[in-house]
Amino acid sequence: MVREMSYAEALNEALREEMERDDRIIVFGEDVGVFGGVYKVTKGLLEKFGPERVRDTPISEAAIVGAAIGAALAGLRPVAEIMYMDFITIAMDQLVTHAAKIRFMSGGQVSLPMVVRTQYSLGRVHGCQHSQFLASWFLNVPGLKVVLPGTPKDAKGLLKSAIRSDDPVLFVESGVLYSWKGPVPEGEYLIPIGQADVKRRGSDLTIVAFSRTVREALAAADRLSAEDIDAEVVDLMTLNPMDVKTLVNSVKKTNRLLVADDSTKTGGISAEIISRIVEEAFDYLDAPPVRVNSPDLPVPFAQPLENQYLVNADKICEAARRLVR
Amino acid sequence: MGVEYINEVPAEKYPALGLKHEDFLWLLRKMCEMRKFEEQVEKLFFEGQLIGPCHLYLGQEAVAAGIVKALDKEDFIISTYRGHGHAIARDVPLEALMAELFGRKTGTCKGLGGSMHSATSVEHNILLASAIVGGGIPIAVGVGLALQYRKQRWIVAVFFGDGAVNTGAFHEALNLAAVWRLPVLFVCENNFYAFSVPHKKSFAGESIAARASSYGIKAFLADGNDVIAVYLSGKKAIEHIRGGNGPAFIECRTYRKKGHGVYDKAEYRPKEEVQEWMKKDPIERFANNLMRLGIITKDEFEALNTEIERALDACVEKAKAAPYLDFDELWKLVYAKEVAHHG
Repeated sequence: MVREMSYAEALNEALREEMERDDRIIVFGEDVGVFGGVYKVTKGLLEKFGPERVRDTPISEAAIVGAAIGAALAGLRPVAEIMYMDFITIAMDQLVTHAAKIRFMSGGQVSLPMVVRTQYSLGRVHGCQHSQFLASWFLNVPGLKVVLPGTPKDAKGLLKSAIRSDDPVLFVESGVLYSWKGPVPEGEYLIPIGQADVKRRGSDLTIVAFSRTVREALAAADRLSAEDIDAEVVDLMTLNPMDVKTLVNSVKKTNRLLVADDSTKTGGISAEIISRIVEEAFDYLDAPPVRVNSPDLPVPFAQPLENQYLVNADKICEAARRLVR
Repeated sequence: MGVEYINEVPAEKYPALGLKHEDFLWLLRKMCEMRKFEEQVEKLFFEGQLIGPCHLYLGQEAVAAGIVKALDKEDFIISTYRGHGHAIARDVPLEALMAELFGRKTGTCKGLGGSMHSATSVEHNILLASAIVGGGIPIAVGVGLALQYRKQRWIVAVFFGDGAVNTGAFHEALNLAAVWRLPVLFVCENNFYAFSVPHKKSFAGESIAARASSYGIKAFLADGNDVIAVYLSGKKAIEHIRGGNGPAFIECRTYRKKGHGVYDKAEYRPKEEVQEWMKKDPIERFANNLMRLGIITKDEFEALNTEIERALDACVEKAKAAPYLDFDELWKLVYAKEVAHHG
């Protein structure tokens, strides 16, 4: 059986199922308890699991991530929430210089089974301090897994895998997708971290997308098919470790690559993906790879300006047409 | 909530402390091990045999010895880049510690941590030694959270210096530990210098202990060059925590015998100040008290130091002969399961 469920509801269900299964899982962050999370991802968890397991914190991002590290070191499996990805900067020392390094620098003495959930609100008219998609920064952070679900089904299955992972996972949700409904299977399922997913088969070009851009890429592919352009859409799903093999296999088949990436263009995730393809599948490329990114600007507030700023299906279609021409 | 002062404990009060001769001798031995270890390490650096950042514990020995004595073995510790003393107090083998400084695979961290992370020994319940000033403090709060959630009687002690109390992480962590009443013992080793900057030029307020107290945390200010004063403050603080009263804080006032790092000559410290502190050497003070009480003779004290020196020489030889980890092994230590990598 498959149900329709929103991305936020799917995440909530993942948390509920995992917390029922394993009492080592605790949830904490700003407004996650009584309020149920600003986007309701933790709705009802306090009522169901009690105040020992579901805790509202002070506005202390470094302490939130630090507490997750300590709890994981001492045998729990914490899921911490950072309300907006913009606020992760305050916890960068804990996340990058502690969480990602502790296993390695201890010579493998410890594991850190912890998840830091966060979301970016690009596309929601939130202005430049509440919209940043900073996932590309973590390309340079070995030791951290970075997961970017783009559909309700993936959100649930990947969050469950993240919680069961023995490594620290930065779980980046897309705020704009929270209310998006899609099919979610009944019953238990997991989606593995570190595997990209071919969301749509095609032969003329490969569109690599992740998080918010998956929906845009799928819409673009539908439109392109009406123009006899047969696009394959590959959802990266995990940024780190990156499933380069699936990307390479797709490009070997389609011979053309387009990356739809919410990162600002310079040094974005698309830059890394294109580098990998150039390194590993250069001879298969029939045209220079193309990237559709956020421009190298802070996110503007005014809605018409933000709409022009965003990666969307129109921009992907336009780039795809030029690529296959 | 006021700050409780724990001053130097004179020798004549030792018999009433409830400590046995073996306890006193353990404290002395541990401090001597720390002193001799660091003197050996300093020499190896000056000879060019050791390289990399290294922060000696010389002069601060009473803090690690006194606090660890007050803790149970099952209690957790979060240490720092000035952590050799914490590890030695917890009986981490000197051989593994020395091998880590040499970067060898027989080291506590397989040679991947070096001096700054060498105190990490999960086997000895030292979960982390962080090289970021203040970085370990919020992590200790998380360990406390796990202990409270599991309803365990154990606590976590986190060490940090006076520099750390001006970081944001310190404030976030103290506040959170107090709000959640977590079983965390904060131990500030106030050596009066954050690298070269004196405490009085970088710290606003009455005292570090008073700052902690302002969070509603039970705070002590101890003579950090008196191992018995440190031990007693630890006992009182731990009793408070185990009683379910939330965190406690100890400011131990001490002094580095040397610079911030091994190559720092610490010329920024006034000579008179240094001289005053050198008169309060924690090992001399304690050893003299024990000799006065007849717990140890001068000859026995000298023999103890010689024995430690010999053991350390053997550690150095063993460390130098040990291999480095193979580079390929590194890929297995990043994640729980090795992931496909691209070089």
